[in-house]
Amino acid sequence: MAGSIEHELTLSADDLRSLPILGKVHEWVVTVDHKRLGVMYVAGGLFFFAIAGLQAMTIRLQLAMPNAGIVPPEVFNRLLTMHGTAMVFLVGMPILTGFFNYLVPLMIGARDLAFPRLNSFGFWLWFFGALLLYFSYIGGDGLYGAGSAPDVGWFAYAPLTERAFSRGNCTDYWILSIFLTSVGSTATAINLIATTFSMRCEGMTLTKMPVLVWLSLVVSFMMLVALPPLSAAQAMLLLDRFLGAHFFDTQAGGSAVLWQHFFWIFGHPEVYVLVLPAFGFASEIIPVFSRKVIFGYHVMVAASCAIGFISVSVWAHHMFSVGMTPAGNSFFALSTMLVGVPTGIKIFNWLGTIWGGKLRFRVPMLFSLAFLFQFLIAGLTGIMLSVVPFDWQLTDTYFVVAHFHYILVGAIIFMDFAAIYYWFPKITGRMLSETLGKWHFWLFLIGFHLTFDTLHFAGMKGMPRRIYTYQPGRGLDTLNLIASIGALVQGIAVLILIINVVKSLRSGEVAGDDPWDAWTLEWSTTSPPPEYNFATPPVVRSRRPLWDLKHPEDPDWRYE
Amino acid sequence: MTISLLAGTPIPAWANDWGMGDSNSKIPPSSIFNPVSTPAHEIDTVAFFVISITAVIFLIVAGLLAYSVIRFRTRPGDDGREPPQVYGSNPIEFAWTTVPVIIVFVLILVTARTIYVVQAAPRPPGALSVHVIAHQWWWEFRYPDLGIVTANELHVPLSDPHSPTPTFLDLESVDVAHSFWVPRLAGKTDVIPNKRNSMWIDPQVAGTYLGQCGEYCGTEHAMMLLRVIVEPRPDFDRWATAQKQPPVVDASASHGRAVFESTSCVNCHTISGTRADGRFGPDLTHLMARETIGAGVAMNTPAHLKVWVNDPSVMKPGALMPAMNLDDKDLDDLVTYLATLR
Amino acid sequence: MSAAPATIDATTTDWKPTMPYKGRVGVLALILTESAFFSIFVVAYIFYIGKSLTGPYPKDVLSMPIINTICLLSSSITIVLAVRALQRGSIRSFGIWWFVTLALGLEFMTGTAAEWHRLIYHEGLSIGTNLFGTTYYSLVGLHALHVTVGLILILLVMILTMLGYMNRNHIERIDCFSWYWHFVDAVWVVVFITVYVIGR
Repeated sequence: MAGSIEHELTLSADDLRSLPILGKVHEWVVTVDHKRLGVMYVAGGLFFFAIAGLQAMTIRLQLAMPNAGIVPPEVFNRLLTMHGTAMVFLVGMPILTGFFNYLVPLMIGARDLAFPRLNSFGFWLWFFGALLLYFSYIGGDGLYGAGSAPDVGWFAYAPLTERAFSRGNCTDYWILSIFLTSVGSTATAINLIATTFSMRCEGMTLTKMPVLVWLSLVVSFMMLVALPPLSAAQAMLLLDRFLGAHFFDTQAGGSAVLWQHFFWIFGHPEVYVLVLPAFGFASEIIPVFSRKVIFGYHVMVAASCAIGFISVSVWAHHMFSVGMTPAGNSFFALSTMLVGVPTGIKIFNWLGTIWGGKLRFRVPMLFSLAFLFQFLIAGLTGIMLSVVPFDWQLTDTYFVVAHFHYILVGAIIFMDFAAIYYWFPKITGRMLSETLGKWHFWLFLIGFHLTFDTLHFAGMKGMPRRIYTYQPGRGLDTLNLIASIGALVQGIAVLILIINVVKSLRSGEVAGDDPWDAWTLEWSTTSPPPEYNFATPPVVRSRRPLWDLKHPEDPDWRYE
Repeated sequence: MTISLLAGTPIPAWANDWGMGDSNSKIPPSSIFNPVSTPAHEIDTVAFFVISITAVIFLIVAGLLAYSVIRFRTRPGDDGREPPQVYGSNPIEFAWTTVPVIIVFVLILVTARTIYVVQAAPRPPGALSVHVIAHQWWWEFRYPDLGIVTANELHVPLSDPHSPTPTFLDLESVDVAHSFWVPRLAGKTDVIPNKRNSMWIDPQVAGTYLGQCGEYCGTEHAMMLLRVIVEPRPDFDRWATAQKQPPVVDASASHGRAVFESTSCVNCHTISGTRADGRFGPDLTHLMARETIGAGVAMNTPAHLKVWVNDPSVMKPGALMPAMNLDDKDLDDLVTYLATLR
Repeated sequence: MSAAPATIDATTTDWKPTMPYKGRVGVLALILTESAFFSIFVVAYIFYIGKSLTGPYPKDVLSMPIINTICLLSSSITIVLAVRALQRGSIRSFGIWWFVTLALGLEFMTGTAAEWHRLIYHEGLSIGTNLFGTTYYSLVGLHALHVTVGLILILLVMILTMLGYMNRNHIERIDCFSWYWHFVDAVWVVVFITVYVIGR
């Protein structure tokens, strides 16, 4: 057949179904197919979403009342560290990696990623890194004996992480597991860039690629530049802890602030790495359910690149209280405010896409609309935080926790759900239940707002982050109780999603190639696509090849 | 267990709060929007400004979004034709780029001004100096000009807005990164080992202000609490004088003092005039002048002192002070002795 | 939509792909990410210049590794010559120049090892001695690690060449690898300037 990737196994779907269980597992373990690996990444991410979500619910249970004795402080501190670390590296990263893995080759008319074996290598590195992190619950020992996961917070500030203050090896689990997953992510980034530059189908110039593919390109470049500072800082921390080096050893003249700079030079671009894919999903889903082309394609691409560039210059807005000079503080305030400009432009462009359209409120669109409102609010609380003196009150409080959960959950998880409902039919050939989907959406929306709207106010009333309890009489009781109830509601909503997925895999309505009447190349092939993606490599002339086919009297390439 | 939905009404706690709930209830909540000191006032002003701007932006954009969601929904009986495809509009893109840039311009000017007003404030010659030293998980306060050493509760003089008498705090840490935060007085400033930071407050209303450590610093970060007691100058001077006195020597507590001086207490604590000169734990010379113990984890009563000395981890699990495991008689006498240290 | 993929008449497009070789893009991406990684160690080195609380200090113990540098930078030239030979189809020339590259790289590593031996055993400078030791060994060591990885790959190609498997169809991949080697040499220039020029 046409195409240039090396496959040893070309089994049809029927052949697969006839293999014994071990054969099937073996198929998945040795696969280098971007679609399979994409599914494995997303499934793995959702698995850890459930685990880290349960950890969050335990945290909220403890904080529902003042001085609650549900968990002792040591356990709580491990919970908050593992919840944060897992949600960023074992949920956010793999889900975005998985979707890009699955969609990018399909959207550019390629048969696979540029380096399929590297793709598989990256996945298994991630997988083993994830296992290593949670293995710490069994194998780690810390200040309080064995069975101790890391408890230094997801950003692991020095010198708390130095041997003197973090005895045992629980911190080492944090370092090594994240180091592994980062190498895996770097491999994927290299793969996506090479694929995008070298494997587009005929007719697809860079400006004919879907916005999602542009965002995967920007995200990949950001990963290449932002992940190394974390790995470097972690290598330095390992040298401190094992070979007696002094990178962050303040007793020997080392600098605790240096860790913070290195971490946030990674950490800030990292959160844009996490959110840009959500923008990609929105830029594909909102047009389809508004029945309109994306408003301002070139501006969307330019804004995405601008966000990528500016986001590497804002990192010290996480450090406004550290004691930088007024000039330094002002610089980072300015860069942070500036990155809000292209971000806001994207919101306006999505609004422009909806405007004058014919909106269809299917489940992916419901999640996308909630995303728009929530991301707007999150961006505005971000502007509040960029005003340095205001940040001196708000930093390290529940206001910041609320702000970043508005992004991580309100923008990213909502769009991850939207993407799942939108592309599940393509991936599995079956539709997810619309009714269960609506229950999932409304419950999750209510729970999300119950929790995170109220936490803004807890922060403004003086509640700092990462505290295992608070005393009564501080005025924090009711706010925290409401927030905890919201967590329960979100948990129920996620349960409904799981039921929906399991049910639909068995008996969901058959989807067909193009259930949403969409316009990008992945909808031109079968659901699920064959292993080789396309029978013949597509040839395109505009950004919406299927629109051209469906509307030959009014094709896009006349207007682009 | 009753649940009250009125904001601020305390909900009965499950675990023992060692009297702190009652004490905290008598103090107004530490809201950032209830400032009594110039840095906090400046922040409150700039906060109000930025909240107003973002509120307007929100109303406009969210309003347009809400409108479009309603106005452009597919009506029942729709003919299924695609709406007009609009690919973009340069004038609109220009407009909604320019307006945010202008807003950024205004915001950065206001922000920079407040940064300099707070951070670059000159230290007037009459300002009180306090050296704050953060430990895992308590606060040490040294007044170099007054020769006083105390812990966890910071006394400062009231400042008259017309002729301010600010207190300047120099912040240092002996171990890991912490952060000094009393919301009604100022924003938080981190306390980082091998780095000298400073901040200032000039509280204009007398009273007690609650705060706590604002940077995760280990197991008991949550209970590294702060109280700032602002008093009119005469009261402050009286307190300072009392702090400079040698400790009360009460003959009835002599056995307790003997227990203290012969146990490892002396390695960590200082009581001036005795052989105890340890620096690892708080100075106990005028212990009973403080409202709370354990950096705010319990009210300072003999009964609570007994629990603390016997085993601090009952009140503050993970605290670095070990359980002293004294027998009952020694423990009682020791507490009697501590209770004399006014 | 039917199962047939969507295509339109190929003659109506005006763009035939002339895209870069994917291996080239891949190695450039690798160089980008490795540069970011090295930059952090360089920043740490520069930040900690003059901040060691105790000796030994750089000007007391460091001596410029002139020979090592000449060897390593020359290996960039010899690898170019090897690639050109392979392009011409001259496997024998390729093998010779490739071997010289390997030898020059090995000289660099042994020279570095000798330098470290002197510093540790005669000058008393180890990674835990002071901030200078910490930053010196980590930066130079990280570079040496990358040289080692490169040498292992060079050795692999050397063996394959000697066994007769090398031919001019491999030119793209060998060229991409040579870019990695040039990158390693460029990093040495930066490390040399940071440690032996600025840092003294």
